[in-house]
Formats: sequence, structure tokens, C-alpha cells
Amino acid sequence: MNENLFTSFITPTMVGIPIVPLIIMFPSILFPSPSRLVDNRLVSIQQWLVRLTSKQMLSIHSHKGQTWALMLMSLILFIGSTNLLGLLPHSFTPTTQLSMNLGMAIPLWAGTVATGFRYKTKASLAHFLPQGTPFPLIPMLVIIETISLFIQPVALAVRLTANITAGHLLIHLIGGATLTLTSISTITAFITFTVLVLLTILEFAVALIQAYVFTLLVSLYLHDNT
Amino acid sequence: MASVVPVEKKLMDVKLGELPSWILMRDFTPKGIAGAFQRGYYRYYNKYINVKRGGVAGISMVLAAYVLFNYCRCYKELKHERLRKYH
Repeated sequence: MNENLFTSFITPTMVGIPIVPLIIMFPSILFPSPSRLVDNRLVSIQQWLVRLTSKQMLSIHSHKGQTWALMLMSLILFIGSTNLLGLLPHSFTPTTQLSMNLGMAIPLWAGTVATGFRYKTKASLAHFLPQGTPFPLIPMLVIIETISLFIQPVALAVRLTANITAGHLLIHLIGGATLTLTSISTITAFITFTVLVLLTILEFAVALIQAYVFTLLVSLYLHDNT
Repeated sequence: MASVVPVEKKLMDVKLGELPSWILMRDFTPKGIAGAFQRGYYRYYNKYINVKRGGVAGISMVLAAYVLFNYCRCYKELKHERLRKYH
């Protein structure tokens, strides 16, 4: 059972060819590009959602930060759709792979830090020392702030990976438990099934929330640095 | 007694004896294959999604096909988990 639990996380290959790029590019099919003033229902719903999210997310930024609008909106769409597609049975979720999440987190975080250092060098360096610290504590605090800065991309990536992976594992485990319990005691199986239903609802929420959190934090780092 | 295939017939108009030569006539270059995928995508899109009163069926057929594709992909591991006495 232990080996079965983790087989859904290995990179999928078909006849020896890794098809991971195909699976990563699949959500793009579900977002058709709008071509007219009033499109079909799918495109209209997506446009409404994108407008709602972008207004809420980009309102805190200055003019310079709002140039990142395309990046942030495509990020939240990609992570949200990939996580939601991973909840379908037997599917592979690319965001469970730490490599991919690090590949998303590190460049974005580095971009925000580089923007901050390039345009507002003094203010970016000033972030390393909170206001009002006692004089003897300054060296230690600078070290701590540097560490917390460098941990930001790692935390972004690991948070997303761990949340999605843990959710998928829980669903596998509780689903397996429900199946084996049906032959032992029906009432316990029913209770476990209720837990499974609640967990699936939670996973839907987590899929969306994780996308939101990732994008929100990137935008927060951006706000600090513009 | 294979008759000569006239140029660019649609599949439904080709007679059964002419089928191998019709298949060999198709464009198998990368551009041709990309064109085939594009035609197929727009055929599906314009029939089920790009309509005035589209419903949930258009996109749920795509998701069902995705689930089926993933099931076929992991069938090898899944067949060991069936409830059988002898595997």
C-alpha cells in the first residue's frame, strides 16, 4: 500500500516518453481567448472572474507595481486551474512537484527583489533593519532579516507543494480506508465516507486558496519593493 | 483493381478500396499535423462552446476525456488494486 500511495506523484510517462509538458499545457485549452465584444458563456465567465480578481489584487499597488498585472493574473489562473484539475480522479498535478514550484517561486521573488534594489536601493536595504531596534541588537537583527528574506522563495514553493501533496495523500488514504471498511462495519464506512466528502470540499477550497496565497505573497513582495 | 483517387476528397466520399491511397495522400509534415490539431480543436470549440447558449456539457466532455486519458495512462498500476482473489 505504501508504494501505491505515492505512484500518483511520479512523473507520468507513456511508452517511455515523458508527457509532463502536455499535462502542464492542458489547462491552457480551458481558457479560450476572447475575440469579440460579447463572447460565449465560458469566455464571459472567465473574463468576469479575471476582472474581479485583478481589481482586488492590484488595487494596493502603485503604477510601477501594476505593470506586473499580466504576470500575477496568469500566475493565479495557472495555479488555480492546475490544482483544480488535480482533483479529478487519476490525474497528475504538476504543482505537487517541488521542482516546478521552485521554478515558479524563485524567479518571481528574485524579480521583485531585483526591482526593489534597482529602483529604490536605500529603501530596499532599509528593510533589513526594522525601526526602533536597540543599538546592540543591530548585527543580529540584520542577519535574521537576511535569512527571512532568503527563505521567502523556499517558503512559497514548499507551502504550495506541501499543501497540495498532503491533500491528495489524505484523499487517497481516507478513500482506501472507506473501501476496506465497507466489508467490516458499514456504519464506520459511512462515517468515513462523510469525512471523505468534507475533505474533498476542503480540497477544492485549498486548491483555490493556495493559488491565491501564492499570488498574493508575490504581489506583497512586489509592493514592498516598488 | 484500385481506382485512381481524385485529389482532396473528404473522408466520407472516399470509397473503401481507395482508403489506403487516400490515407497516404494526407499531409504528415509537422505543419500538416499541427493543422489537423487546430482544425479538430476549432471544430469542437465552435460546435459546443462558442454557441449562444452553451452549457456545462461542452467543458465537461473535455474533462471526462481527460479523466479517461489519465485512467488509461495509469491502468498498469491500477489493475493490481482491483478486488480479486487472484491477481
